[in-house]
Amino acid sequence: MDIEVIRSYIPLYNEALLLTFKIGMLGILTAFIIGLSGAAALYFKVPVIGKILTAYIELFRNTPLLVQLFFIYFALPKLGIRISAQTCGIMGLGLIGGAYMIETMRSGLESIDIIQSESALSLGMSKGQVFWNIILPQAISISIPGIMANVIFLLKETSVFSTISLMDLMFTAKDLIGMYAKTIECLFLLVVYYLIMLLPVSILGSVVERRVRYAGFGD
Amino acid sequence: MGELVKVKHLHKEYGRNVVLKDIDLSVKKGEVVVIIGPSGCGKSTFLRCLNGLEEIQGGVITVDGLPVEPDKKDITKIRQKIGMVFQSYDLFPHKTVLENVVLAPVKVQKRYKDDAIREALVLLDKVGLADKKDYYPRQLSGGQKQRVAIVRALLMHPEVILFDEVTAALDPEMVHEVLQTMLDLARSGSTMIIVTHEMAFAKAVADRIVFFDQGEIVEETTDVKGFFENPSTDRAKRFLKTFAYE
Repeated sequence: MDIEVIRSYIPLYNEALLLTFKIGMLGILTAFIIGLSGAAALYFKVPVIGKILTAYIELFRNTPLLVQLFFIYFALPKLGIRISAQTCGIMGLGLIGGAYMIETMRSGLESIDIIQSESALSLGMSKGQVFWNIILPQAISISIPGIMANVIFLLKETSVFSTISLMDLMFTAKDLIGMYAKTIECLFLLVVYYLIMLLPVSILGSVVERRVRYAGFGD
Repeated sequence: MGELVKVKHLHKEYGRNVVLKDIDLSVKKGEVVVIIGPSGCGKSTFLRCLNGLEEIQGGVITVDGLPVEPDKKDITKIRQKIGMVFQSYDLFPHKTVLENVVLAPVKVQKRYKDDAIREALVLLDKVGLADKKDYYPRQLSGGQKQRVAIVRALLMHPEVILFDEVTAALDPEMVHEVLQTMLDLARSGSTMIIVTHEMAFAKAVADRIVFFDQGEIVEETTDVKGFFENPSTDRAKRFLKTFAYE
């Protein structure tokens, strides 16, 4: 392994890391928003929306992200909808992540005992107040392990962005290998940079999990 | 004094299964009504109908003159007039004791948080739990949780409080502390409707006894002592006998 080569590649990898992380985070934020509103809609059994959401979840959970990205990036322009590679990445990640997040949060919401809403309702709270103050905080803390697993899964899935020519970590590595054939150095850096991005998230995840875990209230 | 809770021809069924048949009951301000009866006789369902947690299929329920209708927007206003304490510990596990009790007064009644906290501390002190204000529910015993639940209901200044077998899930030594709190409440003039299996407590606290069986009121009397010594119906006699040991 050539240290000099590695040193010279670092700026390129830094840039790629920033881009990957940015798109990853925006995608995850989108996924979270879709997840929360979708789970709430399913929880409140909103009539037509429920059916649509179920179809959406099945569609996105049962097709690969790669195929979804290709569809958004290459097929939609043929229908007259043009989307930048970045937006496409965020959309793709947000949509597949949203499907997973809905399921995670819905099961969290449903795990809260009915007596919790009943006692809150009997205090005169509206359904919305019960949801925000009583059900959601408990459901989120129960869902934290699942949400964190989704976040890490989604960050790793960003590696398929290279296929729609986003200059992410994977793209940068493949590009450099193609140009200079320093395969070992490039792949070594690739692993290190994914770890740099994901390890802190994993660690943060387990800290958050321990702190907000509902079973831990009062310890 | 006027009638606070009025139930006329209440009919409740789950599908084909009739749970409550033609129930008539009125409760006056300051009155303590104790409902007893065998398990599955509909007494808990009846309480849940009173604050609109259950849909009813017939009849009218009014509280303070307002009809109780679960689907109407008004229901949140009516529920503020009706406190309820449940059998299972229903405190919010992610909130401390103090947060549990002031949540609804602040969010629902828009009272100042400081005022609500001040009053909460007075009430918690009365039930001997002021020093537990920053504890989470899981750090409390069953009896302590139920006393917090009572304080939480009281802080809303309800016109009437419903108690649904609040000691049924407690260890025997904790039953007494909760019943004592309820007895104090009754003596301070609160209007209460209590479902219980504690016969000695029922005798001590009730202004009126209502005996439910198979979804209907079989016997109803203000002669509480008389009821426990010699009820007038055979069904009540049989029921009371199940509590006696010879």
